[in-house]
Amino acid sequence: MEYETVIGLEVHAQLLTRSKMFCRCSADYAAAPPNTHVCPVCLGLPGVLPVINEQAIRYTVMTALALNCAIAGVTKFDRKNYPYPDLVKGYQISQYDTPISHQGWLAVEADGATRRIGITRVHLEEDTAKLLHRNEPGGETYSLVDVNRSGVPLMEIVSEPDLRSPEEARRYLMKLRTILQYLGVSTGNMEEGSFRCDANVSLRPLGTSEYLSKVEVKNMNSFRAVFRALQYEVERQQQVLGRGERIVQETRGWVEDRGVTVSQRSKEEAHDYRYFPEPDLPPLALSPAWVEEIRASLPELPEARGERFISHYGLSPYDAGLLTAGKALADYFESCLTLAGAKDKPETLPKKAKEVSNWLLGEFLRLLNAGELEVEQARVSPAGLVRLMGLVEEGAITLANAKQAFEEMFRTGQAPEQVVAEKGLAQISDQEALATLVEQAIAANPRPVADYRAGKEQALSFLMGQVMRASGGRADPQAVRERLRERLRPT
Amino acid sequence: MKPRELVGLTAHQAARLLARREVSAVELTRAVLERIGAVDGKVRAFVTATPDLALEQARLADERLQAGERGPLLGVPAAIKDVICTKGVRTTCSSRMLEGFVPPYDAHVMNRLYQAGLVMVGKTNLDEFAMGSSTENSAFFPTHNPWDVTRVPGGSSGGSAAAVAADECLYALGSDTGGSIRQPAGFCSIVGLKPTYGRVSRYGLVAFASSLDQIGPMAKDVTDCALVLGAISGHDPRDSTSAPNPVPDYTRALVPDLRGLRLGVPREYYAEGMQPEVRQAMEMALTKLQELGATIDREVSLPSTPHALAVYYILAPSEASANLARYDGVKYGFSAPGETMWEAMEHTKQFGFGPEVKRRIMLGTYALSAGYYDAYYLKAQKVRTLIRREFDQVFERCDALVTPTSPTVPFRLGEKAESPLQMYLSDIYTIPVNIAGLPGLTVPAGFVEGLPVGLQLIGKPFSEETLLRVGYAYEQATAWHKRKPSL
Repeated sequence: MEYETVIGLEVHAQLLTRSKMFCRCSADYAAAPPNTHVCPVCLGLPGVLPVINEQAIRYTVMTALALNCAIAGVTKFDRKNYPYPDLVKGYQISQYDTPISHQGWLAVEADGATRRIGITRVHLEEDTAKLLHRNEPGGETYSLVDVNRSGVPLMEIVSEPDLRSPEEARRYLMKLRTILQYLGVSTGNMEEGSFRCDANVSLRPLGTSEYLSKVEVKNMNSFRAVFRALQYEVERQQQVLGRGERIVQETRGWVEDRGVTVSQRSKEEAHDYRYFPEPDLPPLALSPAWVEEIRASLPELPEARGERFISHYGLSPYDAGLLTAGKALADYFESCLTLAGAKDKPETLPKKAKEVSNWLLGEFLRLLNAGELEVEQARVSPAGLVRLMGLVEEGAITLANAKQAFEEMFRTGQAPEQVVAEKGLAQISDQEALATLVEQAIAANPRPVADYRAGKEQALSFLMGQVMRASGGRADPQAVRERLRERLRPT
Repeated sequence: MKPRELVGLTAHQAARLLARREVSAVELTRAVLERIGAVDGKVRAFVTATPDLALEQARLADERLQAGERGPLLGVPAAIKDVICTKGVRTTCSSRMLEGFVPPYDAHVMNRLYQAGLVMVGKTNLDEFAMGSSTENSAFFPTHNPWDVTRVPGGSSGGSAAAVAADECLYALGSDTGGSIRQPAGFCSIVGLKPTYGRVSRYGLVAFASSLDQIGPMAKDVTDCALVLGAISGHDPRDSTSAPNPVPDYTRALVPDLRGLRLGVPREYYAEGMQPEVRQAMEMALTKLQELGATIDREVSLPSTPHALAVYYILAPSEASANLARYDGVKYGFSAPGETMWEAMEHTKQFGFGPEVKRRIMLGTYALSAGYYDAYYLKAQKVRTLIRREFDQVFERCDALVTPTSPTVPFRLGEKAESPLQMYLSDIYTIPVNIAGLPGLTVPAGFVEGLPVGLQLIGKPFSEETLLRVGYAYEQATAWHKRKPSL
């Protein structure tokens, strides 16, 4: 039998608010020593009370609007009860039946089609403390609790089970992250845990519409891990069904180094969270006027920016799509155009935009990927790239050598002028030196010379290559070509 | 003035002497500490006495007085129920679980009282985590009623009530979730007020049932009650359920005249279960109130009253089951060993909590469980709304309601310890007030064979001034509050 894959994703994103969800402690704990961003409230001491962080509500509404969700007129918080040492109060303040928003969608391109993936809800809760499990050499094992993360605002975005392949799920996740980054509400960093994803996976006979037993997959710490885990889980379920067995509804964890999912707990062991309305927080009315004010102040989102790149800068849809897929790259691109003064010259703007685009989508992305780096980590600034492009334009360096220089700049963070000088990459502008190189090439290669003279145009390319090589790439190819033609013209 | 006379003063009387520098805060405090030394062996009102801290605070108050500062509570010794967090002073909730817990912060009411010049002489005993009506559920020891030490002082704020009645402090703070200020105040013949939900910040009050808990004053007369209420009331941004309503000068409501007021006598409260002598005391009180100019309306009905107890014993334990989940032995307080993490957490709860606390955690956990939530928690919330609405309707025709505080006079220690349900019935008149979030005041209303009877006044939200006015007029006309127990 043929099966259809059914995937729904639950994403948790830490919000970039200054303070925590329910107290005044700084939410920026990444570099802080353990248990330094704490107060009676986020420690869950007896007698403390939560106070809602307005900025967290605003960020969640922004996200919900960007995901085409309906915003609740009145929302409330609930207590989700479960005992664990990382949960300082023994319950998590979350949202159960009246989330901040619900019923949205996100358009995702995958497997050759664009489909709207339903968003069930976007809601807000608090993050837990962090447990650090230790194994002493003597065999003693224990856990340490770091409460810095406790109470950091955590936005949960739940999709409908609309995703039909691991690739589509990966695209959905990437696009969602890009939107959060564009909104400036989350770093979207999966490796650091500020952007987390759990998946619900099930299969059903192709052509049917009911949902069968699903498996929740957890512990996926990168986009690649999500993709691999989903691929594995889909295959595993196909095999189970292929053997005529039934899928057990359970939670499975992805084990990265083994490339498998393993059972963590079954449905019978599932928690009863005993949700009930948080009595310490009265229901919150989100006035339509406030929501509209937020809607009006939403920043430009990836799709709109891509369209602007096409209409304003004359880029191809393909280039525009790649450049706007990440906010940082799109920002980098626009910085370059601004620094190059290109935006003030409409007549040359498309040409300049294409040049910058070529640099970024070519050398820049290649080097980033090779080094597994984020745009923010690149040591070449937009200003550096613009100056390097200026050197090419002035004829001070060839394009080929500029790429070499760029790699050096990328590696060392040095200025383009310095790299060009130190590496001797400057273009040979001395006409006599050029003439000598051309003469040497003609003298050393009589046969290609004869071929060219006999009308074989490609022989010229060979001769050019010889001159360029002899110049160490520093000769201006255009000038070499002209000089060769000049010298070999039939007289 | 002799020390024994000093401790018998009300706060406002003492403040007058302090203001005239006829007595110093240190002298007054020493007198109170001596009194505690003399009688607390019998009463056992205090879990923790803080004599050194009190004297230090008294010296500070004397400096403020010397500098010309005046205030009705400046330099006045008081006791604090041990469920209110006090920075640097252990706050036990009368539970093994928090026996050694020293809060690193002060409750909002403590901030306010320190501003007003509080001298704290100690932390008072209560039923563990404020769950109970006799203070017998304290994990440490029961408190005794100063009027008859073989009887309970009521609860859960039994320590505070007994301390005020026994002149071991000039006033006290209590907390009230289902009657925990009013019932012990009634049992000890003092004045106790449960403010409107939201009137006083709960920040720093160790939570029992968050939607019902309220801190309030326990005092020797209505004037002191008004003064303390004024000092602790007001909006606190740290408590999202605290009300922004401005705080009036409550003492301006204290006029001995009830003309123009209509007082309701809710039929359902005068049904079976009320001790006949208590009923007689109520009839006398109603006559007195009428003499003072009030109109008595006996046609008042609150039909859902019989359901209030059931609603309370679903909602309060439900909230408590979550509120008490944090006591897992990991971060602070009692921690029992165990082979595994889960076992240690289990042992901590097993040995850290007493039987009544466990009973309520179990009740609440059950009521919130999948499959039972709709039948219990949700249903109880609906009846809660109904009860609230009935009160709203009644308050369209009445300014306040008059009921007994408790159906009986104080019972004997151990008398109801074996029957939780009998114990729960002790709060039958006070519980609906918390369910509806209303203010409730109790004032002394006489004695049955030497045992106190309390009169409860119930008002609409934020009508504390009306209740204080009625209470004050009644108090001035009867003077029950001037009687002292002999210890």
